[in-house]
Amino acid sequence: MAQKTYAQGGLEAVAEEMRKDKTIFYMSTDAIPSLLEEFGDERVRATPIAESAMTGMAIGAAGSGFRPIVDWRQVTFSFVAMDQIVNQASKIHYMFGGQVKFPILFRAGVGGGTRLAAQHSQSPYSMFMNLSGLKIILPSTARDAKGLLKSAIRDNNPVISFESNRLMGFKDEVPDDDDFTIPIGKADVKRAGTDVTIVALAWLVHEALAAADILAKDGISAEVVDPRTLVPMDHETIRRSVQKTGHCVIADEAGPTCGASAEIAALVTEDRATFSALKAPVKRVCALAVPIPYSPVLEDHVFPNRERIAAGVREVLKA
Amino acid sequence: MLRLMQTIRRFEERASADYLAGKIYGVVHCYIGEEAVAVGVCGALNRDDQIISTHRGHGHCIAKGADLNRMMAELYGRETGYCKGKGGSMHSADFGVGMLGANGIVAGGISIVTGAGLAAQMEGKKRVAVSFFGDGASNAGPFHESLNIAASWKLPMIYVCENNLYAAQTSAQATHAMKDVAGRAAGYGIPGVIVDGNDIFAVHEATVKAVERARAGDGPTLIECKTYRWRAHTERPGQPDYRPKEEIEAWKKSDPIQRLVNHLKGQQGQFSDDEWKKMDEEVLAAIERSVAFSEASAFPKPQAALEDIFAD
Ligand SMILES: Cc1ncc(C[n+]2csc(CCOP(=O)(O)OP(=O)(O)O)c2C)c(N)n1
Ligand SMILES: [Mg+2]
Repeated sequence: MAQKTYAQGGLEAVAEEMRKDKTIFYMSTDAIPSLLEEFGDERVRATPIAESAMTGMAIGAAGSGFRPIVDWRQVTFSFVAMDQIVNQASKIHYMFGGQVKFPILFRAGVGGGTRLAAQHSQSPYSMFMNLSGLKIILPSTARDAKGLLKSAIRDNNPVISFESNRLMGFKDEVPDDDDFTIPIGKADVKRAGTDVTIVALAWLVHEALAAADILAKDGISAEVVDPRTLVPMDHETIRRSVQKTGHCVIADEAGPTCGASAEIAALVTEDRATFSALKAPVKRVCALAVPIPYSPVLEDHVFPNRERIAAGVREVLKA
Repeated sequence: MLRLMQTIRRFEERASADYLAGKIYGVVHCYIGEEAVAVGVCGALNRDDQIISTHRGHGHCIAKGADLNRMMAELYGRETGYCKGKGGSMHSADFGVGMLGANGIVAGGISIVTGAGLAAQMEGKKRVAVSFFGDGASNAGPFHESLNIAASWKLPMIYVCENNLYAAQTSAQATHAMKDVAGRAAGYGIPGVIVDGNDIFAVHEATVKAVERARAGDGPTLIECKTYRWRAHTERPGQPDYRPKEEIEAWKKSDPIQRLVNHLKGQQGQFSDDEWKKMDEEVLAAIERSVAFSEASAFPKPQAALEDIFAD
């Protein structure tokens, strides 16, 4: 075990898996130096700025026996490849009746707080959740990043790993064990509590933990649940927590409209046992439904944070 | 022309310094070393001709005639900025002078400005439209799709490739099957011209020709300007720059501004050291005023984040 950054956790997962499996290769505009050095330019490819072709080629190579990793770098650039993602990758296994497997890892940075304005501050994972046919992970710690990425690389399907720009330098304990993985589809209770469940995603897991500290001073015990995987979502863990606490606040850096937060609210309220346990309406604490603006004053106004999460909790507890 | 080029350089120097000082946020991509391209091209255009830019957009904005105060205020995130603080460096724009915007998406602007060319053609007003883009962008779909359409429809377009030999950390050598981007014009049946992008006269002359052709209804031209960026891809500290030192130094010897100064001085008595010094001081004073304007401007009100999502 050693302290590693979130970015290092992800990179370590890739390097370890590439050492074991020669069919894995990596494509991105600009090669990652450490990977290039270790594995050479045959397996670590700097591509032209052609995300659409790169994504399509990954599908073809995957269907032909390889396990490509495509690093779009920012989710922003994945939009250039939308046909290959939406019309091809997400449907190809199903449409062709499961004849061959398409093991692909797509990596994409998400989130704001970087003062990079609307195009470079997006958290559009729910657009991809909507597709059926893509698994989606969204780690919040270095440990989770490593464990989930290793599972994603070993998975026989296209998996998108959304990685939080804000967390790249965040450090925690990461196991060195080569066989350490975290299963796709398992949520994690990041803090146990009894009065309210805060389901939080990525960077907001940390804000939710900070909110829980604030609330604890007032004698409020918050449980923080991190889904970690968006598709498939771990309904059971989330529902079990809400059944215990009777209150649910959902925190997401994305906007609320058709977001992952809406999906989580639905899975909580659609289930009779969980619905009956609710003592107040579900509350979402999300970004405002606007493109992300540049100026710090504007950007900070748009994003949720620990204070807004704490306020959301107080609101549901008052009801 | 010299004044504009020097304005771009001094603006970039200030933007970089103020970015490092934390007064400008996010990211800044400097245009230093490539000034002759923007100024040479825009010098051949009318005010109502339209251009579109890239992530490295300050130079194009200045060359097309945008106001330094409002440009700097945008970088400073103030409400007096061109985008009211919503856009920042990567979205420098002044639609009023026909500058349709910098863009965070490589090649994202090429088809948009081709649409401006289509509008010009449909209106029949003899306007032209210019797409600035990098060597990296020339490998992306919108470049190829747009050139083909523009060539087929004889749109009044000028495609200006700023080939500075690199796309971020990746050299063009590694990603281009053919050394010259201009060579691709043959595939679309349009002229492909290569010019020394650090020679303002060469850039200007090639553009004048392309503009004539476009206004005459004969369709687009692809101009490839061979140039070089002096600074790293962005101004972010600690960012890698794998380019050979000797290569950077060699290109600095071909400074487009110094070359123009030398040329002007060479024409006896036309331009003295004192005049050059005075011009630079005036340029610096204008930049200084833009900073003062920005600092005196208010930040937007937080609630302004909810404005401008839709037009009225
Ligand atoms: C579609 C897309 N992919 C990747 C990026 C990330 N990116 C920003 S600038 C850049 C390099 C662009 O190179 P070039 O077009 O040559 O312009 P230059 O920076 O040299 O002026 C890259 C890869 C992006 N902005 N858009
Ligand atoms: Mg370039």
